Amino acid sequence: MKGNEALAEAAIRAGCDAYFGYPITPQSEVLEYLAREMPLRNRIVLQAESEVASINMVYGGAGAGFRVMTSSSSPGISLMQEGISYMAGAELPALIVNVNRAGPGLGTIQPGQGDYFQATKGGGHGDYRLIVLAPASVQEMADHVYLGFDMADKYRNPVMILSDGAIGQMMEKVRFYDYTPPTTPKPWATVGKPATRGRNYITSLHIQPEQMELHNNRLEAKFNEIRNNEVRFDEMETEDAEFLFIAYGLSSRICRKAVELAREKGIRVGLLRPITLFPYPYERLGILAQQTKLMLTVELNSGQMIEDVRLAVNGKVPVFHYGRMGGIVPTPEEIVHHLENLIGITHAN
Amino acid sequence: MVSLMQTDELLLPATAVEAPDTVCAPVEEEEYEVVYQRPHTLVERSMHYCPGCAHSLVHKLLMEVVEELGIQEQTIGVAPVGCSVFAYDYMDIDMQEAAHGRAAAVATAIRRLMPDRYVFTYQGDGDLAAIGIAETIHAVNRGENILIVFMNNAVYGMTSGQMAPTTLAGMKTTTSPYGRNQPMHGNTMKVSELLAQLPGAYYVTRQAVNSANAVRRTKKALLNAFKYQPQHKGTCIVEILANCPSNWRMTPVETSKFIDEEMVKTFPLGDIKVPKPETV
Repeated sequence: MKGNEALAEAAIRAGCDAYFGYPITPQSEVLEYLAREMPLRNRIVLQAESEVASINMVYGGAGAGFRVMTSSSSPGISLMQEGISYMAGAELPALIVNVNRAGPGLGTIQPGQGDYFQATKGGGHGDYRLIVLAPASVQEMADHVYLGFDMADKYRNPVMILSDGAIGQMMEKVRFYDYTPPTTPKPWATVGKPATRGRNYITSLHIQPEQMELHNNRLEAKFNEIRNNEVRFDEMETEDAEFLFIAYGLSSRICRKAVELAREKGIRVGLLRPITLFPYPYERLGILAQQTKLMLTVELNSGQMIEDVRLAVNGKVPVFHYGRMGGIVPTPEEIVHHLENLIGITHAN
Repeated sequence: MVSLMQTDELLLPATAVEAPDTVCAPVEEEEYEVVYQRPHTLVERSMHYCPGCAHSLVHKLLMEVVEELGIQEQTIGVAPVGCSVFAYDYMDIDMQEAAHGRAAAVATAIRRLMPDRYVFTYQGDGDLAAIGIAETIHAVNRGENILIVFMNNAVYGMTSGQMAPTTLAGMKTTTSPYGRNQPMHGNTMKVSELLAQLPGAYYVTRQAVNSANAVRRTKKALLNAFKYQPQHKGTCIVEILANCPSNWRMTPVETSKFIDEEMVKTFPLGDIKVPKPETV
């Protein structure tokens, strides 16, 4: 199955009540798949007039207490940032999928990881965080849908799946494991006010400075709880690693091969693959910094995640970046070659 | 005729005064028959609106209709960004606050997911006709079964009187200080006429609240629009020409005259599109 289709099928199995989206390459398969399958199950699928409308429909549906989602690719995700900020402010759970293409601007439809900053550092205005999941396989495209919806409901916060054009388009085997959506009570939802309770309203507006700051503090406490509970990562050959690749999504797949190639050459390199980009595995990287001599982030951008790695290791070990852009994907050989050069340079120093 | 001359005097909205706990003593209460009172769907609190502003009146009319139809438990409102951003503070129903201009998209999802509910948006002309025109047109074109209450005061009220798409030709605002003229500012947009062209629009009417009769007609229009909702026939749009004393730099009485003498020339009152009689 294609990554995008696996994600769409998982959405159905996750009990997604409504999907709102707008066509954009390379993720239109999600909308197409759900346009075909959702009506057969009496669920809502709606092609909106824009990504702006899509995300606000997601806002409305989430505010009414339903499991709702949208998907898009980089330029469309930029258009959604206003709505995402409002959702974070109003504490609305929903799933947003970004099948990242290379940019900036209209860019190209080939895969990219240039939206890392946008996804993990805010993107929209104001103080908020998205929970960000980075699938590296078609299997994870499906699995992260369940995980994403559950975390969104648990924390009342939007969750983003940050995929890319390659993971979205590639075909792999996928197994949909048994999943029953949790029945998360949503007493805050606007479903019509019964006589037994006061009115519910969904808003991100707190005009009094004291009220706004209180709200900000409450959100920050929630983000800290997420930082404490939800860090997820995957490791390969790190036990004896002198050198470490750090990569997520598509570039982590290439790094797996690069680790094998380098090990054949006798270079003891490992891989840390963050699965959650927010919260980020700072702590684990800090520990790995004690045993490694050099770290290399491999990203399909000009160097974004490297800033988080540098924060994590806090100067204990040199951190470098290797990136290709424009939708060009590096080969494992290219990455090993770059690592060898870096090892040579640092040894010479 | 009232003039919309700029003045140097800065007119600020009057500060809302908290109502005392006991508004009237319950003395001799039994001697009077209650013939008119605040609908219980309207929260008992003082509103932040300026004296003479149409919002408080239309809030009350809406909530009267909700009370009379007995649909408080089935009604969800969507508030805009604008003066009525705090509408959810006054209406005792479940509500969502939408981003600027996006109310029709938000309402679309609510109504699609809960087709047995009554869903309305409450939007000003800056919200609906400028930044939210795409969401509005497409929601109406899809024939979403929602009611759009469109408050048209021809200016941006909350940001203190800038030009809106609905600003009249020649009208002075803070961003058209020499009067709106077509080459510089474009034409006045008649949104209800535009929306009525779309097949998804079921009922489109323009009303006002500047006289007792106008208020009665507006209430009737709102009542009709709510009654149509369970029929799943399409979008209802009730445009209301709204007095805005602060930003028009007029007394409330002058604003009512301005609507009758000036606004209706561009925005004539009455039904623009009415449902065709059903052939049974």
